[in-house]
Amino acid sequence: MSKLRRWITLCCGTTIALAFQVRCYASDDTPRTWVPYFTPATSLPKAPDSEGFLQRWLLLEPIDKPNRSNAGFTDSYVRAHLTTNYFTGQFTVLPRNGDKVTVGNEELVWHAVDSANYDVKLFRFAYGLNKRTYGVLFWAVTVVASPRELKGVRLAVGSNSASMWWLNGEEAVDLFGDRRMVADDCVSKRVTLKQGKNVIRGAVINGPGLSDFCVRFIDEKGEPIKDLTLELNNSGI
Amino acid sequence: MKRRLFSTAIPVLLALLPLSEAWALDGEPYIHDPSTIIECDGKFYTFGTGGGGLISDDGWTWHSGAVRPGGGVAPDVIRIGDRYYMSYATGGGGLAGGHASKVHTMWTKTLDPKSPEFGFKDDTIVASSDGVEDCDAIDPAFLLDPTDGRLWLSYGTYFGFIRIVELDPKTCKRVEGNQPVNVAIDCEATDLLYRDGWYYLLGTHGTCCDGANSTYNLRVGRSRKVAGPYVDNMGQDMLEGGGKLVAAASGRYVGLGHFGLLDLGNGVQKFSCHYEADLDRGGRSVLDIRPLLWKDGWPVGGDNFKGGTFEIQSARSGYALELAVDFVRMPGRRGGFGGFGGPGRGGPAGANAPNGTNGLPSGGLGVNRAPAGPVTPIPLQELAQVSSNWPAGNIGVRLGDYMMRPHQKWVITAVTNAGGYPGSPYFTITIEGTERALAATADAEVVAVPAATGAPEQLWRIDQLTDGAYRIMPKTVPNSRGPLALTAVGASTPTLAEFDPNSDKARWNFTPP
Repeated sequence: MSKLRRWITLCCGTTIALAFQVRCYASDDTPRTWVPYFTPATSLPKAPDSEGFLQRWLLLEPIDKPNRSNAGFTDSYVRAHLTTNYFTGQFTVLPRNGDKVTVGNEELVWHAVDSANYDVKLFRFAYGLNKRTYGVLFWAVTVVASPRELKGVRLAVGSNSASMWWLNGEEAVDLFGDRRMVADDCVSKRVTLKQGKNVIRGAVINGPGLSDFCVRFIDEKGEPIKDLTLELNNSGI
Repeated sequence: MKRRLFSTAIPVLLALLPLSEAWALDGEPYIHDPSTIIECDGKFYTFGTGGGGLISDDGWTWHSGAVRPGGGVAPDVIRIGDRYYMSYATGGGGLAGGHASKVHTMWTKTLDPKSPEFGFKDDTIVASSDGVEDCDAIDPAFLLDPTDGRLWLSYGTYFGFIRIVELDPKTCKRVEGNQPVNVAIDCEATDLLYRDGWYYLLGTHGTCCDGANSTYNLRVGRSRKVAGPYVDNMGQDMLEGGGKLVAAASGRYVGLGHFGLLDLGNGVQKFSCHYEADLDRGGRSVLDIRPLLWKDGWPVGGDNFKGGTFEIQSARSGYALELAVDFVRMPGRRGGFGGFGGPGRGGPAGANAPNGTNGLPSGGLGVNRAPAGPVTPIPLQELAQVSSNWPAGNIGVRLGDYMMRPHQKWVITAVTNAGGYPGSPYFTITIEGTERALAATADAEVVAVPAATGAPEQLWRIDQLTDGAYRIMPKTVPNSRGPLALTAVGASTPTLAEFDPNSDKARWNFTPP
């Protein structure tokens, strides 16, 4: 390739890249909404869906993480960046709907939502709030109430893109690499669900593209566990 | 064949068993015309021509010691209730020019000759040939019809017809008034089996008893009725010489014959046979146990897994078993269109590290043009380029897109002096070029340990299933009460779990790397 052609190619590529960036980040005048992807969570306990997926979550508005590609989401990178403390009480506090945290110079709000789908469409969550959708890091929390102790169950997660998940404060599932969301993609080792409330925390990182996740518990045979409820009433809803 | 396997005592010497090399069973598996292999009180038994037979604790290492009275040829054995029924033939077989022969049955409560309950009773003649008719009543074989509980016996050799008679399953004596039915010609050492609405008649074609020059080979026809007609894949009736090939000579084994079904359950079927000549054992006739596969409704003789270097691919997700280590990018040319990448994926072009330095496209838009300069091959990533960054201790394993990377290439090596299972020794599974070995953990998960020690939790049983995929099971799972199999509990997550024959979760394929 001649220097001229290389320069033209470089310019074209840069122009296209900038065009993408403008389109993705530019705000427009169209009113944005979560509909039909989310509704505000209620104070009534909510069961998993017919396939056991957990649809009630506290979602934090996206943290700016300007990765322009997912190609570098190695184990080490994802672990380092998803175990970084971005806000106070990140791994300890059970947030309430409307709570605010400060990340850098930015104030972000927790939203208690019910997903209309089996998966939690983080891109639509951010888009509906007129927040950034690419180059983001999402935090999600929910509380699962079990009527009895359940031993030998597994936390099954799919996410786009990489993510890490904690159950009752213990790291349970990691999804590294540039991932597409697949139900039951990565599954924890056998864990115990306590009788009563169990806290799940998750962090999802993505560069460009749609972000979402789906979470459920499965038993030894891989069958979904549905005898659970999602209760965020401690979260001030 | 211990000399061609490797010792667990010297793990550093564990090495690849050449793919082209094969071995029959371990020990002294010398036998001719073996009966169907049968389990009794935790041991495997098979009986041969002339009396006696072989015993094995695990189905891999065999020794003489089985006891059968009556002499004669080519016995078969079946368990019904609390009895082991034996059938064998005397006379005939063309020996000394005669074809007058008798098929006997008898029974015992146990096959263990050391047991006080051992002892064959009620030796009864259930079929015969007079030496003139077109039949030579030898080589009997049982079928207990799973659809109705009726008991059938096939017998015969090249002198005339293969015939079927009905026996009483309570006594193993001939059903009164039952007349023999001709079902095949041109074969001997027949056996019957039933599967999915079909009756299969397996018979041995070719020349027997000529050592390295025997042309014995295994053929099959099938029928909707036990009495036939049995036709092959070309529609040719076995009464006209038909028979689809199931297995024949291969490797250093000549003259495969005398099929016997060994159904291990959960989608694992094997078959016993003998080779007229094992060239590595001086041309002696030996027992073997091989996978029985099924394709389009026909049985296919599989080959025992021999090991090698493979991608271990999950039938559930198509992902490859790999060490859970950082993916290291190769220095190959980037293509694509740069910028932010396509929605949902993040295109590789312009892919900068997540710490976000520049992201300008290096591949540009010229992907559809021939390169102006020379095209140079890109070497595959090598172990030394990546392994120094791997953790020193245990490393988790997972399933991921196969990318021909060092952390995805597994060497599977047969080991000796560690026991085995029907047809095969145990294997170690290590990352190529390393001692890092796949191991079962006490919490029934899998991990890659730094050193292959040959410990039981590092030994793996690999059975081919009837559909051609493989089941992979550790010899031992610490603290586990029952056998567990390597299972894709998630699309990208392996574990150990009870084997489910109706799911692809625990099915694996070995693909050359």
